[in-house]
Amino acid sequence: MDDASGVATSTQDDRGPRSISRNRTRADRAYRGIALAGGMVTFVVLFLIGLFLLVRSASAIRVAGWRFFTTAGWPPFLTEHSQFGIAAIVYYTVEIAVIALVIAVPVSIATALFIAEYAPRSLRRPLTSLVDLLAAVPSLIYGLWGFFFLQPKLIGVSLWLNTHLGFIPIFQVTEKLFRSSPFIAGVVVSLMVVPISTSVMREVFSQTPQGEKEAALALGGTRWGMIRAVVLPFGVGGMIGGAMLGLGRALGETIAVAIIISPILVISPHILQSGGNSVAAWIALRFSESSGGLGLSALMAAGLTLFLLTLGVNVIASFIVSRSRSGSGIEI
Amino acid sequence: MSLDVNDPAVRAETTQREAPPSLPPVRPGALRWNDVAVFLGASVSSLCLVWLVYERLAPTSGALGFVICWVLTFLLVYWIVERELEGPLVATDRLVAVGIGIVAVSLLIPLVSILVYIVYQGLHALTVSFFLRDMTGVGPQQSAKAGGAAHAIVGSLEQVGIALMISVPVGITAAVYMNEVKGNLTRPVRMFVNAMSGVPSIVAGLFIYAIWLLQFHHSFSGFAAALALSILMLPTVARTAEEVLRLVPDGLREASLALGSPEWRTTWSVVLPTARSGLVTAVILGMARAVGETAPLIMTSFGTQTMNWNPFSGPQQSLPLFVWQQYQLGGGAQGAPAFLRAFTGAFALIIVVLILFVIARLFGRSKLSAR
Repeated sequence: MDDASGVATSTQDDRGPRSISRNRTRADRAYRGIALAGGMVTFVVLFLIGLFLLVRSASAIRVAGWRFFTTAGWPPFLTEHSQFGIAAIVYYTVEIAVIALVIAVPVSIATALFIAEYAPRSLRRPLTSLVDLLAAVPSLIYGLWGFFFLQPKLIGVSLWLNTHLGFIPIFQVTEKLFRSSPFIAGVVVSLMVVPISTSVMREVFSQTPQGEKEAALALGGTRWGMIRAVVLPFGVGGMIGGAMLGLGRALGETIAVAIIISPILVISPHILQSGGNSVAAWIALRFSESSGGLGLSALMAAGLTLFLLTLGVNVIASFIVSRSRSGSGIEI
Repeated sequence: MSLDVNDPAVRAETTQREAPPSLPPVRPGALRWNDVAVFLGASVSSLCLVWLVYERLAPTSGALGFVICWVLTFLLVYWIVERELEGPLVATDRLVAVGIGIVAVSLLIPLVSILVYIVYQGLHALTVSFFLRDMTGVGPQQSAKAGGAAHAIVGSLEQVGIALMISVPVGITAAVYMNEVKGNLTRPVRMFVNAMSGVPSIVAGLFIYAIWLLQFHHSFSGFAAALALSILMLPTVARTAEEVLRLVPDGLREASLALGSPEWRTTWSVVLPTARSGLVTAVILGMARAVGETAPLIMTSFGTQTMNWNPFSGPQQSLPLFVWQQYQLGGGAQGAPAFLRAFTGAFALIIVVLILFVIARLFGRSKLSAR
């Protein structure tokens, strides 16, 4: 130790160690404040959406009351005395979403398993890109393709289902009109649901601990045995969450359904028969006719219902995915 | 007792012990010609069987039904053959593998079909003037080659551009809050971002209509459409950007802080530049989502037949809205001029989306290789 450093140490000992301030500088506090503001914009927007839709739908809700949710009709011009409600519209929205999920969930699980477990390592990224590309195709394009290209092919399927499985009530029809049915809309919407649920499920499946998978294989299990015993139980949360996120997307699908469906306001259980509806498509189709007044207010009320419905589904879905053991650390 | 490996007697003994009588080594993961033969045999035999029954014996026809019957018969034949050869356990395993593979690969069918169909239909009426002229004075019955979508393309560019200017700064700031600041509200903010990404596009349009047009008494304009689009882009940008920021190594942050730079400088000069290419991917993915949205535009920019360069006043057209209105004019009649125009617009739209998507993937790849 030389002299200079000795002196330095002694002077520092006199003053004590330099105190380290835990307080942030003013610039840092501003930085954190701005970042927080950016984060809170999402909350503010969500709040404002709810608030303004509520304000604008107030007059329709005042006229219709709770019957808004139980009435099926919606006359072209709404007056103070008309009976209108979204019962039929919500019914068909849910029906189309359920049809879409019945098709999309098994396909998503299979695709996610294929990408995560079966495909060669070099194929995984291209396959993921393909699924993402399916998500990037605009809803409008799905609608045009579904209406002009897919519909003629699905009419054959509808006819077959009706002829051979007609004893099941939902496959019955009162008249043999198979165009523009909830079934066709559901098939097209399912194509839009698949990419979303697949990407969530794939991410959860690929987080399965390698050790447990190898243990199952080392015990002599086949690959399917390993998947059934390890990967699927591990990914239950992701599968449920992915399906629910898909449900949220299916409920809010607008233009594709608006192109395919021919809107009706009578509740019917026949999914193969022409005629259906959806809240989003109804708003899009009726908006230009309801400029101002009660009609617009009623559409706002329908929009508020849709907003709350999808918000609830999405919050529950992200809660399930993030809370499940499998989903730890995964953001959807 | 130690063995001298150079001792010829010991070496002979060990080689003798290592070489089993005659069985070749088994590689469980290797491709065996046996399996390939079973696969091909099952597919060909089921094809022949289904063709015989479906086309000749039973009163059925149609390509879709044929393919479905073929796949089902193939799975059955494949399972029976594997069961005879390898036993039930292996047969189930192979059956599930083949079934999952078929489902996953069949997802390609709609994708390819959409691209081919839109390109095929869109090329009918595609001319250079489609990109140069607007629809002023063009009636629905006039030839599909009259008029164009220049006004829609300009509108789309301006609206998406304005939406980018709003949602990119806000989205990246939100991502910085979630991943860099990590304050008390990180979890709620993340939940709000997730919830916002589920907002249906039509609701975003209704909201802007309610607040911008009804409350503040502005008229239909491209800017209102841009506001609605930015609501839809914001969560996409924020989420993708957060994922990208998470990839920045902690060592860089700690090095910067240890050198005495404040937090804002660490984020601004170290974290964000490191994540630049990933952030570009986030922005482009947001654009790809926004450029194809139709529903919110119906109630915000409304659409027009003439060129409107000013996004802040008066109705403005955009590409998806152009397609939607032409589709409605056509009334579902194939081959009508409006139908052809709608598909030409759809063709232009899907080309734009594809280009954006490919650019996003290229940026994403360079980010991966740099890591």
